[in-house]
Amino acid sequence: MDVVSEKRLREEETLMEKNVLVTTIDKALNWARGHSFWPVTLGLACCAIEMMATGGPRYDISRFGYEVFRASPRQADLMIVAGTCTRKMAPLLRRIYDQMPEPKWVIAMGSCANAGGPFVDSYSMLAGVDKFLPVDVYIPGCPPRPESLIYGLLQLQYKVSNPAKVRLMRHGK
Amino acid sequence: METLKYLMETLNNLFLIIAEFIRGLFADPHSVWANLTMNVINFIIVVIIVVLAALILILLERKVAGWTSQRPGPNRLGPRGWFQTIADALKLMGKEDVTPAGADKFIFKIAPMIIFCLPMMTLAVIPYGRGMAPIDIDLGIFYFVAISSISTLCFLMAGWGSNNKYSLLGGMRAVAQMISYEIPLLFSLLGVVMITQSFNLGVIVEAQDTIPFIVLQPIAFVIFMIAGLAELNRAPFDLVEADQEVVAGPFTEYTGLRWGLFFLGEYGNMTAMSALAATVFLGGWQGPGFLPGYVWFFMKVGVMIFIMMWVRWTFPRIRIDHLMHLAWKVLLPLSIVNILLTGLGIYIYRFVMGG
Repeated sequence: MDVVSEKRLREEETLMEKNVLVTTIDKALNWARGHSFWPVTLGLACCAIEMMATGGPRYDISRFGYEVFRASPRQADLMIVAGTCTRKMAPLLRRIYDQMPEPKWVIAMGSCANAGGPFVDSYSMLAGVDKFLPVDVYIPGCPPRPESLIYGLLQLQYKVSNPAKVRLMRHGK
Repeated sequence: METLKYLMETLNNLFLIIAEFIRGLFADPHSVWANLTMNVINFIIVVIIVVLAALILILLERKVAGWTSQRPGPNRLGPRGWFQTIADALKLMGKEDVTPAGADKFIFKIAPMIIFCLPMMTLAVIPYGRGMAPIDIDLGIFYFVAISSISTLCFLMAGWGSNNKYSLLGGMRAVAQMISYEIPLLFSLLGVVMITQSFNLGVIVEAQDTIPFIVLQPIAFVIFMIAGLAELNRAPFDLVEADQEVVAGPFTEYTGLRWGLFFLGEYGNMTAMSALAATVFLGGWQGPGFLPGYVWFFMKVGVMIFIMMWVRWTFPRIRIDHLMHLAWKVLLPLSIVNILLTGLGIYIYRFVMGG
């Protein structure tokens, strides 16, 4: 790409950012996306039990509007990788992720999904789902308590609702 | 006292007065153009009722779900969580639209549109108040049942068009279930029709000024409720979209707004079925005179919808063979017996009264 066309592209981009209509729609959509994550019904191991407890009446994820667990990945926009992901399970997980429509997010819940956890030395273990999925939020714990999951969901909500601030925090520009 | 009565009368006929005013704007109040304008306005009002009902009911469902399991339900977004549905709808609009490569694209795309049209067509014949039926036709009940049974076809279209085995299974289940339950539903309505000698919903409501038909036809009302729930594919009869068995049934491949249309259609159909139950069994807009008729009507519809949601979150899902047994071996004979008893009752009544 030559310099002139690149410059024009830059100008168009800045124009887009100044465009009131487009940016406001973006803001509204981000607000909506951040406040209604519908997770896939997906549990790999013991973390899934904590995920179910989060959905139950005591911790009550529905206060935030996230209780709509969809069985079909086509209607979901959040994937909570709850539990140990083995090498054999990885292709299936990736397939479910690919079946979800954009925009979609991934939460790695628990030590196994983050970095292998107690099974990190095992031959069948895929240590860390971020090797094949773009993870947005990591929740540590073995397994994490429901409060941790709710905190992670709220962090994801913050991330989705304020993309500019998150970019600033991460890259400093 | 007189002024109060006059005020009440005005409130009761508020919408009729507005309609007369709009008609009066035309040179000839009964010309084709005036009728056309009134029809367009009626159509817009019915569309607004369907969309508003769906938006409110989706949140209400989650609130009722919370109420049954002793938790608050959505309460973070907006005042007591009432903006939750708006966020969900906006999000669904912003989702990617996936059409499977092997799908029958035309059928796949047209099925949600048709199912969204059905509640608009059925709600158009319901009398919302005295003389307030958008379209007043003599075969009201017949029309209602005929149109609402088209939704079976939409489920099958969605199931077949998706080119997915779970979708097809769900679609087949929908056909089996909804056709079976159509028959007791129709027969339970026949008792009321026999008493009033009319299919017209306005006439049926007029006939209930002394006593609502739920008192005369309790068995028919119960059968209507059960069959209506099964017609709407709501739990405990939600085998069509049973998560544990057939992923999401016919909706498995639908994304974003297309799936949202199915959702809106489901809640619109629920409103329509509740409106029919309120009209036929609970006395429609009839009620004590301290509230206008349409307020009574919408209160009754609300009570019916609440009962449907309560049932949904209370009972577990029924097994498919039990489902068929219930339709063919329990509800159908019961409804036929109900028709027989109603006929006998009418005969005895005429014999005693000498009519």
